[in-house]
Amino acid sequence: MFKQKQLLLGMAFMLGLTPAMVSAGQEVNLYSARKEKLIKPLLDKFSSRTGIKVNLVTGKADALLKKLQSEGINSPADILLTTDAGRLHRAKSAGVTQPFFSDKLKKAIPSQYRDASGHWYGLSLRARPIMYVKGRVNPSELSTYEALADSKWKRRICIRSSSNIYNQSLIASMISANGEKATENWAKKFVKNFARPPKGGDRDQIKGAASGQCDIAVANTYYLAGMLNSKDKKQRSAANKVAVFWPNQNGRGAHVNVSGAALTKSAKNRHNAVKLIEFLAEPESQLWYAQKNGEYPARPGVKMSSTLLSWGKFKADNLNLVNLGTLNPKAVMLMDRSGWK
Amino acid sequence: MSAQLKVKNVSVAYDGPPVVNDVSFSLDAGKIGCLLGPSGCGKTSLLRAIAGFEPLVAGEIILHGKKVSVVGDTVPPEIRQIGMVFQDFALFPHLSVKQNIAFGMRGKAKAIIAKRIDDLLELMGLKEFGEQYPHELSGGQQQRVALARAMAPKPEILLLDEPFSSMDAELREQLAYDIRGVLKQDGITAILVTHDQIEAFAMADEIGVIGEGRLRQWDVAYELYHRPADIMVSEFIGLGVMVSGLVLENRQISLPFDGTIGPAPFSCEAGCTVKVLLRPDDIIHDDTSPLTLEIEDRAFRGAEFLYTLKIPNGGKILCLVQSHHDHKIGEKIGVRLDVQHLTSFPEVDCAACDLSQCKSHPTQG
Amino acid sequence: MEKAPKTNRSKLSGNWWSVGTSAMAAIFSIPVLVVLGFLFVPAGEIWSHLVDTVLKDYVLNSLSLMLGVALGSLLLGVGTAWLASMCSFTGRGIFEWMLLLPLAIPAYIIAYTYTGMLDFSGPVQSALREAYGWGYGDYWFPEIRSLWGAALMLSLVLYPYVYLLTRAAFLNQSLCVLDVSRTLGNGVWRSFFTVALPLARPSIVAGLSLALMETLADYGTVQYFGVSTFTTGIFRTWYGLDNAPAAAQLSAMLLMFVLILIMLEKNSRKKSRYHNTSQRHQAINRIPLKGWKNFAAVLYCGVAVLFGFLLPAGQLVIWTFTISEESIDGAFFDLIYHTLLLGGLASFFALLFALFLGYGQRLHNNPIVRLSVRLSGMGYAVPGTVVAVGVIIPFAWLDNTLDGWMRSQFDYSTGLILSGSLFALLFAYLVRFLAVSLQTVEAGLGRIKPSMDEAGRSLGYSPNEVLRFIHLPMLRGSLLTALLLVFVDVLKELPATLILRPFNFNTLAVRAYELAADERLADAAPASLAIVAVGIIPVILLSYSITRSRQSK
Repeated sequence: MFKQKQLLLGMAFMLGLTPAMVSAGQEVNLYSARKEKLIKPLLDKFSSRTGIKVNLVTGKADALLKKLQSEGINSPADILLTTDAGRLHRAKSAGVTQPFFSDKLKKAIPSQYRDASGHWYGLSLRARPIMYVKGRVNPSELSTYEALADSKWKRRICIRSSSNIYNQSLIASMISANGEKATENWAKKFVKNFARPPKGGDRDQIKGAASGQCDIAVANTYYLAGMLNSKDKKQRSAANKVAVFWPNQNGRGAHVNVSGAALTKSAKNRHNAVKLIEFLAEPESQLWYAQKNGEYPARPGVKMSSTLLSWGKFKADNLNLVNLGTLNPKAVMLMDRSGWK
Repeated sequence: MSAQLKVKNVSVAYDGPPVVNDVSFSLDAGKIGCLLGPSGCGKTSLLRAIAGFEPLVAGEIILHGKKVSVVGDTVPPEIRQIGMVFQDFALFPHLSVKQNIAFGMRGKAKAIIAKRIDDLLELMGLKEFGEQYPHELSGGQQQRVALARAMAPKPEILLLDEPFSSMDAELREQLAYDIRGVLKQDGITAILVTHDQIEAFAMADEIGVIGEGRLRQWDVAYELYHRPADIMVSEFIGLGVMVSGLVLENRQISLPFDGTIGPAPFSCEAGCTVKVLLRPDDIIHDDTSPLTLEIEDRAFRGAEFLYTLKIPNGGKILCLVQSHHDHKIGEKIGVRLDVQHLTSFPEVDCAACDLSQCKSHPTQG
Repeated sequence: MEKAPKTNRSKLSGNWWSVGTSAMAAIFSIPVLVVLGFLFVPAGEIWSHLVDTVLKDYVLNSLSLMLGVALGSLLLGVGTAWLASMCSFTGRGIFEWMLLLPLAIPAYIIAYTYTGMLDFSGPVQSALREAYGWGYGDYWFPEIRSLWGAALMLSLVLYPYVYLLTRAAFLNQSLCVLDVSRTLGNGVWRSFFTVALPLARPSIVAGLSLALMETLADYGTVQYFGVSTFTTGIFRTWYGLDNAPAAAQLSAMLLMFVLILIMLEKNSRKKSRYHNTSQRHQAINRIPLKGWKNFAAVLYCGVAVLFGFLLPAGQLVIWTFTISEESIDGAFFDLIYHTLLLGGLASFFALLFALFLGYGQRLHNNPIVRLSVRLSGMGYAVPGTVVAVGVIIPFAWLDNTLDGWMRSQFDYSTGLILSGSLFALLFAYLVRFLAVSLQTVEAGLGRIKPSMDEAGRSLGYSPNEVLRFIHLPMLRGSLLTALLLVFVDVLKELPATLILRPFNFNTLAVRAYELAADERLADAAPASLAIVAVGIIPVILLSYSITRSRQSK
């Protein structure tokens, strides 16, 4: 059954397939929290233009961060890509990133979307506005996130679980703006307005609103974009029933988070890595990024898709994104206390 | 003839008091020995120690001149050159009869193996079954395959662990004789473990009776029956009951229902009570005898009745009577004692007796 | 005394097994121990927060979920196993293997498909609304995304463990025992409850404990259904609260659940050492079911197959061919190849180590070996991500230490040798799934009477040769079962694969997950369907091998 010869053969096979050491040659290694489908085509384009091979491993941001931390100076990763500024900040505090400066990036990315000391650069914006069912809610009834705690919304709001990072970031931004005490009071009332216990993803909230379970959904725009452009007729018709409302336009602006990239401390292909990040900030890449993902380009002035344009311009919350990372634990505990499942 | 197996002061224990305690015996080449005793007496543990499955806590085992077990060092079973037949036969279900028999003979030339298999199948009367699988055979056939498999490599010694326990009662004795024949024909030294004395008598040259972990007596069957070494052996071997008797001034033993029957053990002083072994064949039915005893129970055995008779002090004795003497329960019949081999032991609570002496020197009338 | 040297060698080999099993157990417990190591890192005031707010939910929900899955998988698994092995009814031969098929569907995927079907906006409710002209709130419809829904989903895909092991037990039961019961005046059904069921109990409990450990480790389903359990709690604490020590401490609590489970299971097995006493198995005379009984049997098995496999697989097929923007292209073959490679290697090595541990335990059944074997199987109930982190930390440490030493001694950098290699990933799989093959191998070994070993030894075979020439051939069915179960598990495994895989190395599960996590369920369908398709083959093989092993006995 298990002769030694076969065993050795198996081992050799295994080790032969062990690309642990990818260093020499024109390469750059990427740890990405962005899903392969949503980044690979862009990377392929980069490779074909520059001849630099991009090695990719995707995963959940925290796990990748843990991996990076454990591997230390020998980590093969050159770039850490995350879909949330909080995680970029965590990576910076964990000491696994290094600062770098690039004129191209400085010009391309507005200062509020990048780390002041150059540890990371934002690449796209993910906005989390309020969505309402056309006909059942008059946009004039809506104003701010804060106003959603009003009792007139009782049993009318769909929002996903507090385990989700988008909600955690949203609450972190509110703590940053209004303080912890006020936000907790708000959350307690807000939770009472839920139409159903939180479950499912953002699309499920939009579907819930469209099907009449609730009148308001809080969701990220790119999910709505995905539904609008879906091949599935039902998804399209559900998405068409709701409209986007940009809250807090007279105040701090709608909540946004950024996806972005950092250069790792252990980067062995530093030059190539910087080149890749610069490439991702080019208008053409930014356009693809925005279109493919339904996100807003971080670079101003990039042409947007008709779907994004249809929702109109909005003012984004200009708080320091680092706060999203530092206040995240506080936000989770606050939601725990307020009974937000 | 040199001893093929020597067991010297062997003790075996599993986390606790020894289950085999200071056992010694030896067995000559070509002889068939038997370890006989009630279940749980330690006989199987002793056999497994000889096989090398159990380490010793005291003593040593010498097989064919080689020390195979001493305290702290046990030659593993696979290099002892033993053969073993298991209670459940342990035939390999994935191998045919022939493959089972060949299993222990690897390394030998093909022709030799084939010849040996044929010989054994012939010997066992299994010629037509060589290609069949164990589950296709009857119990008796499986048993013979197991024996053939154990004998095939010509082991130094063959160990049989209750090999007949799953057989029908009437088959056992016949099988035991058959197998004895086979072993003798091959000149194999063997040890059988059993709780059935009929099997032991039918098969073994020498028998060791084991009780509570100790070897009580190592002897031929006749001696075990007629000259048992202690009360345990007396009670275990053959039919019979122990009856209390009183030692008189003249050192004769007197029974409560009959006169004196013979001398008491050496050290038992007058006034002590002793236990006397009375076997059914010691009690003769005699209508003319003045001694009559009431029948408490009876068992029909074809040629004979085995009567259980009440004796005056509340005990009972057994009496074997030809079956045309058909007496009812409750009747009184006349009997007389005819004790050819008087076996008696001092009673345990006999203060005047030196027990250790008594035990090893039962009186023999 | 010419054989004296051999004595020593054999004694050494005995020690080798003992030391070997302990060493192996130690190695496979490293990831779990690393995680438990965080127990000694103070977690701050977070615990009073957890106790005040969410801990009660975690405990209650986890317990309720286990209870639900236990009921569900017993209900679906035991009855179908009895019907498929002991009765004859219409389509029995087909049901016999189809009942195993749900094993090929990952729990989170079945959860997505049922949500798609039963959701408010799904086809079922839409049809109801259309038919009766209802609107939202006009009618009551069970909410699938709930605790009971999660228990149902998990039961539907986990009952095959119970079915598989229970059926094997029924098939192996000596029919004599059943016959005896029936001659004693017990009817067939009474005999089932009074004799067959108690005899099969160790196998039922073994299957159930596998199902429950999977339940505890499940993340995808409960997360999607919004049910807070220990697993979701661990991630929330780790990611959301950024508090790794507290997350590890929650993991430790989870492990206590597992230990209790393992102890219960061991206990139930101890009471009956269940090698068959009878050597002979007759061909099974299946009890023929006629009329309504036949109908009921078909319905019972049909329900399990329909809801556990046909409906969800059908939904995947529909998504794949109607609305998915993904297509099955050339890149798919790479995914399938990677998936098969990992599954093949992992199941082979898991079997190898399980045999080593199981046989070591048989040879040297002392407390240390027993404990070692139990420890090696703990990883099964630990969520994959936690195992992965437990693998990353020690591997990276080892690599970096070696690298540092080489640099200082020889001025040569070895970099990371193990981390980021397939080796690390395979190791994580073994930690995670060793319990599955161990369970199967142990059950198989338990059915071989000790006298078989001794017969082999007395015929001149060393313990290792006994394993090779007696046990392996006799265990063929169990070995295949172990191999295939781990294979199917690896096929479905996601979190550890995600973190530990090397660069540019994708599997079907990763592909399916990435799209599903992006809430593009329909787009995830082709990859999910491929997992199911690849998984079906071993599942059918498995069923075939069990039937055959019974026949050849």
